Amino acid sequence: MSKFEALAGNEAVATAMRQINPDVVAAYPITPQTSTVQTFANYVADGLVDTEFVTVESEHSAMSACVGASAAGARVMTATSANGLALMWEIVYIAASTRCPIVMGLVNRALSGPINIHCDHSDVMGMRDSGWIILFSENGQEAYDNLIQAVRIAEHPDVLLPVAVCQDGFITSHGMERVEIYEDADVRAFVGEYRPQWSLLDLEHPKTYGPLDFYDYYYEHKRQQVEAMQHAHRVIQEVAEAFNRTFDRDYGLFEPYRLEDAEVAVVVANSTAGTAKVVVDRLREEGLKVGLLKPRVFRPFPAEELAEALAHLKAVAVMDRSISFGAMGNAGPLFLELAAALALRGVRMPMADYVYGLGGRDILPREIESVYRDMLRVAETGQVERMVTYLSVR
Amino acid sequence: MTDMVEIRWHGRGGQGVVTAGKLLAETALGTGQYFQAFPDYGPERMGAPIRSYTRLSSRPITIHSQVENPDVVLVLDSTLLGTVSVAEGLKEDGILLVNTGMQPQEVREITGFHTGKVFTVDASHIAIEEMGREITNTPMLGAFARATGLFDTDTLIEQVRHWFGSKVSPEIVEANIRALRRAAEEVVEG
Repeated sequence: MSKFEALAGNEAVATAMRQINPDVVAAYPITPQTSTVQTFANYVADGLVDTEFVTVESEHSAMSACVGASAAGARVMTATSANGLALMWEIVYIAASTRCPIVMGLVNRALSGPINIHCDHSDVMGMRDSGWIILFSENGQEAYDNLIQAVRIAEHPDVLLPVAVCQDGFITSHGMERVEIYEDADVRAFVGEYRPQWSLLDLEHPKTYGPLDFYDYYYEHKRQQVEAMQHAHRVIQEVAEAFNRTFDRDYGLFEPYRLEDAEVAVVVANSTAGTAKVVVDRLREEGLKVGLLKPRVFRPFPAEELAEALAHLKAVAVMDRSISFGAMGNAGPLFLELAAALALRGVRMPMADYVYGLGGRDILPREIESVYRDMLRVAETGQVERMVTYLSVR
Repeated sequence: MTDMVEIRWHGRGGQGVVTAGKLLAETALGTGQYFQAFPDYGPERMGAPIRSYTRLSSRPITIHSQVENPDVVLVLDSTLLGTVSVAEGLKEDGILLVNTGMQPQEVREITGFHTGKVFTVDASHIAIEEMGREITNTPMLGAFARATGLFDTDTLIEQVRHWFGSKVSPEIVEANIRALRRAAEEVVEG
């Protein structure tokens, strides 16, 4: 029997880590991720897990220890935020290209400067070309569920890529909500035992990790990473189906909310999608045909499915919690990629981007409502007045 | 309870504001309700004014913005009355509950909150008498239960036993329960 607990998002993630019982965790505390690792460290101290907990002096070392342990054949996890992720940078790429199935709890926070510890998505958007699989979570429940699925996705023999599971810093990482926690045995059965195919410690079959790799084979190894990402697209859906069957959930590549008969929709990830659902319900009561699409899988980007899900709309707005400085229109990365996805598939409709919530700036239902009202007007006129709006900036 | 109730807590760092919010969330969990409890994080300093929020509902809560217009405001430290606008955004028919020896009418004058309901209870005095320390979160929960009628005191007491049971001595648990009960009895409306 599962049970309901009052948990902050970070505690939910730490609980998943306890149930998964990884061989190695190497992490360094950083706000707002700290309580994940702190809670997990208690589990280690209390003997609730068998994990070798590697305390390191920086995130660069944390990710390095993760890569080493993963190459040795261990099931490995870590957690970080913002500047911690930035300090890992060099090894973040190496983890992916060395095909280490590491799972990371990433608590989204603004990348300084000026110094800011609150939520936005500038940290994860920076790693979007690093070769990691990236999943978004609306709340603590989804962060918990995604973390469990991430282990099976990462370790699938056709994938062998690291996975980052995102949730919003403070908003859900420190917000206590009702979370359904499954039986330890059920979670362990779901993730299964990790049987590494390419362990460094398998002395019968010697391997080399991380050698020099110049113009002779480097390119082929990059091409293999592409193939792994292509497989991940399928495996993520297979794992979601198995998870949905086992735990009675409804995970897919994204979550459509009252989208089917909508004329106008907003695309927004993580906790703000939850607030947007309230707005959709309210506007629906007025008879307005509005819907929502909440991305779950950001890498690999499910371009075809997204285009198909949005094709019937008269207008779509994307809400971005980060800016791709200097990119077209100084828009946000989610908008840019979605616009390209739709255009290349011949799905033509007016689109606009709304940057919001940088550095933890609160996003209120009435602000999201203003986005819907803008788009309802755009749907009528067919004209977008402004491609990018910086919502509620002073 | 069908609609959502939004609560804002005012206190100072170290007074147990966050714990009180969590305790209320645990109580909601125990009674099968949906809830959110989240602090307004800034630099965390002992004694600095802090706010914390709780949402309660019989249905799943998906909203993740701050609470703008609370139904209930709880003030754990009356010295905040002069420095923080505790009634800001409070719904016209809302409830303001303050830990103070003052009468509700005096609180109305200081805060400018002339509609809704105002409750006062000297939770600090009760805490010192019953627990020997000015920790006001549990007595304030007792006063909250009485003022709002959202929970009965016995349900809260059960939660206090559950929450503190494994963390502190039985004497401290009982002292907390006595304080909670007294505050529920001594809270006054005006």
